Amino acid sequence: MMRLIAYRLLQLPLILAIIYVITFLLVWVAPGDPFAGERNIDPAVVENLKKTFHADSALGFLTYYPVQILLHGNFGQSMQYKEWTVNDIIRSALPVSVLLGLVAMTIATTVGVFIGTMAAVRRGGVVDWLSLSVALIGISLPSFVMAALLLMLSASGPLQGVFAVGRFDRPIDVLLPGVALALAPMAYIARLTRVSMLDVLSSDFVRTARAKGLGRSPIIWKHCLKNAILPVLSYLGPAAAYTLTGSFVVEKVFNIPGLGQHFVNSVLNRDRTLILGVVLVYSAFVLVFNLLVDLAYGLVDPRIDLGGAQ
Amino acid sequence: MTADRTLFTPRVYLGGGVMLGVLLVSLLSLPWTLSATSAFYYDGQAGEMVRHGPTWSPAGWFGYDTLGRSILGRCLLGGSISLTVGIAAAVVAVFLGTTVGLLAGYTGGWVDAVLMRVVDVMYGLPYILLVILFKIALETPMTVLFERLQHGQWFSSAQAANLVVMFLSIGLVSWLTMARVVRGQVLALRGLPFIEAARALGMPRRRIFLRHVLPNLVGPITVYATLTVPGAILQESFLSFLGVGVRLPLPTWGSLASDGVAALTPVRFYWWMLLFPCLLLMAALLGLNFLGDGLRDVLDPKKDAGKL
Repeated sequence: MMRLIAYRLLQLPLILAIIYVITFLLVWVAPGDPFAGERNIDPAVVENLKKTFHADSALGFLTYYPVQILLHGNFGQSMQYKEWTVNDIIRSALPVSVLLGLVAMTIATTVGVFIGTMAAVRRGGVVDWLSLSVALIGISLPSFVMAALLLMLSASGPLQGVFAVGRFDRPIDVLLPGVALALAPMAYIARLTRVSMLDVLSSDFVRTARAKGLGRSPIIWKHCLKNAILPVLSYLGPAAAYTLTGSFVVEKVFNIPGLGQHFVNSVLNRDRTLILGVVLVYSAFVLVFNLLVDLAYGLVDPRIDLGGAQ
Repeated sequence: MTADRTLFTPRVYLGGGVMLGVLLVSLLSLPWTLSATSAFYYDGQAGEMVRHGPTWSPAGWFGYDTLGRSILGRCLLGGSISLTVGIAAAVVAVFLGTTVGLLAGYTGGWVDAVLMRVVDVMYGLPYILLVILFKIALETPMTVLFERLQHGQWFSSAQAANLVVMFLSIGLVSWLTMARVVRGQVLALRGLPFIEAARALGMPRRRIFLRHVLPNLVGPITVYATLTVPGAILQESFLSFLGVGVRLPLPTWGSLASDGVAALTPVRFYWWMLLFPCLLLMAALLGLNFLGDGLRDVLDPKKDAGKL
């Protein structure tokens, strides 16, 4: 187990380096110039700007920034917001996005697993239909529509005054955006749980446990859930990636100063330093999260031998 | 594997029916929705902001938008554009994914290793960034190309180029799952006795490939192709919402829904601008997902996790 963790952790910087280089190449060949503004700038000024940003040649860029990142953890100045460093931008936006993502993931997994389990236990009942409709809405309604409806609710409905509208003041304000963001993964998790739960519920050990007089809820929530949760676990990696990038839409509707806006704006501005910073942070998050998910596999199901699979 | 066992479950019927209906209606109405003079497109536009709800004239069934255009006409036109973008993106994704998956799975060795690492790295990149990058990169050459071709009576060359760029860039990020699925399937097939027998008989590699491997992949490819279409439509709607989707004034369901969201104010609720595009979008996405799930039941009975 320890060997596996060490191996994966050692792999991490290598993968990040590859991602860095590939993103750089994509950004470098994409047409457009980060320094071309709306006004005509003197070519000499542009030349100078390129020099100060080490952006006059690909080699110059690649020999300056990666070294800075490795030595000082410094991503450099943003090419668009020139008075900001990329580190400052990420430092101010990342906590908000992580909070939003955590809220969304928590809602998606707890509610999704609960609905899915109940749907499987009472197959064909009210909860089953409820879970189906949640799933239908989750997969087919764009999250910005859901987000806008929730925003309306907080602006004029019964929730008026509970949450800040279109602002981000207190941590509790991420609750409604979190719900909007959670809907799609929640739908998927609910259906995943339902399908694997149905399998588990009909297995022999459940009958044995019932015959020995064990109560209904310990069987369902302790014995069955542990067996049924594996497909959900493997979906958590993609779901985390979704909540981190998918948040740009929800963040835009709720006007939350998170990382999502930078995914879009930095590319549109050809803000190369910011793009690379944001991508590295995102990829590091996704990779670490996938590692945690893999480790959780071993905890939930000790039969899975992760070391041997390598 | 054989299709005749339980082909056409109710789910396939339902999904296919819904899809076919939406597609037919929106395509058949194109001559009306695309012409600038027809009542479907510009009825009620009198230079001022006209907003009124559903009325009982054929063009007004779904109400009018802020510029007085009929929502029904916009929805029908948007439907055909959304579906075109979705299906074309899926075709691109299927082509790329199948090619890469086949190459990786059948060749093996370093080709496999390189291709699969490329897939891994692309999985690690945020897709929205990739889509926008591809879009930026393709936009200029495509516009130049379409200006050369120069024969659009309904679309201007810039609009046509924009549509092509849209589905190309969405397709270019949607092939990853497809490649993995196809590769896995090829690896499984390669070890089966009938392939070994064909090789032992001295059949050339290409013939084994075309006659024995490829036909066995039709099932999973069909399933994932069907499931890629709704994903692509949804991605286009996100891009439209962010203002980098299909260029206005051409509507898509996504841009209509985001127009509806923009018209959503606490003061007055122009519900028809949001409800009808969303309903159509949901019906189409559900239809496609049902179709994909139904086909998966029929063609790929082992993989039943996560279906609706």
